[in-house]
Amino acid sequence: MIVLGIESTAHTIGIGVVTDKEPYILSDSRRVYVPPKGGIHPRESSRFMSEVVSDVIKESLNQAGINIEEVDAIAVALGPGLGPCLRVGATVARALAIYYSKPLVPVNHAVAHIEIGKLVSGAEDPLVVYLSGGNTMITALLGGRYRVFGETLDIPLGNFQDTLVRELGLAPPYVVNGIHQIDRCAEGGKFIELPYVVKGQDVTFSGLLTEALRLYRKGRARLQDICYSAREIAYSAIVEVSERGLAHTGKDEVLLVGGVAASKTLRKKFEVMVSERGAKLYVTPPEYSVDNGVMIAWTGLLLFKHGITIEPEKAIIKQRWRIDRVDIPWAST
Amino acid sequence: MTYHGQVLSRGAEALIVLTVFNGLKAVVKLRIPKGYRDKELDTILRSKRTITEAKILTQAKELGVPVPSVLFTDPQNGVLVIEYIDGKLLKNLLNAVSLDKACSLMQKVGKYVGLMHKNGIIHGDLTTSNMVTVGDEVYIIDFGLSSFSKELESMGVDIHLFLRALESTHYGRHRELFKCFLKGYALVIGQKTYKDVLEKVREIRLRGRYIEERKKRPL
Repeated sequence: MIVLGIESTAHTIGIGVVTDKEPYILSDSRRVYVPPKGGIHPRESSRFMSEVVSDVIKESLNQAGINIEEVDAIAVALGPGLGPCLRVGATVARALAIYYSKPLVPVNHAVAHIEIGKLVSGAEDPLVVYLSGGNTMITALLGGRYRVFGETLDIPLGNFQDTLVRELGLAPPYVVNGIHQIDRCAEGGKFIELPYVVKGQDVTFSGLLTEALRLYRKGRARLQDICYSAREIAYSAIVEVSERGLAHTGKDEVLLVGGVAASKTLRKKFEVMVSERGAKLYVTPPEYSVDNGVMIAWTGLLLFKHGITIEPEKAIIKQRWRIDRVDIPWAST
Repeated sequence: MTYHGQVLSRGAEALIVLTVFNGLKAVVKLRIPKGYRDKELDTILRSKRTITEAKILTQAKELGVPVPSVLFTDPQNGVLVIEYIDGKLLKNLLNAVSLDKACSLMQKVGKYVGLMHKNGIIHGDLTTSNMVTVGDEVYIIDFGLSSFSKELESMGVDIHLFLRALESTHYGRHRELFKCFLKGYALVIGQKTYKDVLEKVREIRLRGRYIEERKKRPL
């Protein structure tokens, strides 16, 4: 069985091809929209995607060494994400499905991040810590769905650190040579007190962001101390709620997924926490922790095997498609 | 000071050790240093939380909420010694008993949470893992994340978190259970505040990520 997957939820247009036998991943092509300044403008990002999408599809099929006729199903991320960007992927997917008479499989982007993480890391039944620019949640499979055990009550972790370095005048670009600007800035920093807020199993970062920027603007603290302490507090809060999730669910595996999972500082904290608890840490490798088409194809394949498809005329994007609204037919618990 | 005894649980925040304190069956709540966080941050969090927890437990007790009694504190070392509550976790019990029984337990919980909120105590981590049943009584435990506040926002978050905990742990029955909880809660807090808090809960829920109802215009 071969499935082609399309990802276009934010800044990455990714096309992946997977199969149900080893080596599973047949190809992985992507292009990333990099804003000249500021954050991602949905319209600009979607324009970029529609310009390059056909090249990316051709490239991915070539890499896989197959013809589109050989594909058994087309999978597409219908949400959650930025509307204009999602529409590019959805339009292309519907067109391909209709023109080549292929079944269309609707995929939730968040579920896809987790399933590809499980595939490449080998985690079996983990507590999932999903951290990216647009998402911050602690989730685990229970009763046929990914239940949310903790999440941000306001801004996601990736958004928090991007906004912080941008407002401090250090970005864009946010990541240089694989290192986030907050990590460069935090070097040699000392701890200063900033708001640390954990509410049950949830986190919030807006107060921390406001206070950090206030201190900077008033010249009340050194830049490196602000970066160090803000990062320290945000990451510690995430690790703390993750540990709560472990204690609460009784799971003994932690899987990090999403773009922020690539952070070495964060990973180290998680390593310490799981070893203190006697649990095991799995980290999605950077190439699959950021947005990509392979994860959509792989999750599409799992869904397709369980008979889940959607009529093209019903394949409407869902900008707000919560992970806990998706039935997971392969769940064992 | 060292404490000898059986480790009851390794919570996320503290080690819970069963011990005997002045002849009483007691629990040592040991906020052990966390290797993953900055030393200074670690010290601040551990001592602050120990102090707050002791204060709030004492106050809740005075209000008549069933909570463990405080026996000893040592904030610098993150040590809190409290009375041991010998019972069953509500989390395990709720799925095992009839809906009627579960409902009356939840109503009781609602009453106690209402009593705390009415007096400015926010538990901060309301889950059914933090409730212990002894006969027909329900003890509220683990005030590790509690705080003093009379703001609607804090009450709303407290209730919101509890609802979310019910959804993730008692899915299937969570709607009924939440209703029973609210019945008890409303009884104590009064209709006016009850309505305001519920409205707040709705608002907090809508702040969450990817909430369908937040959609203002057709896509």
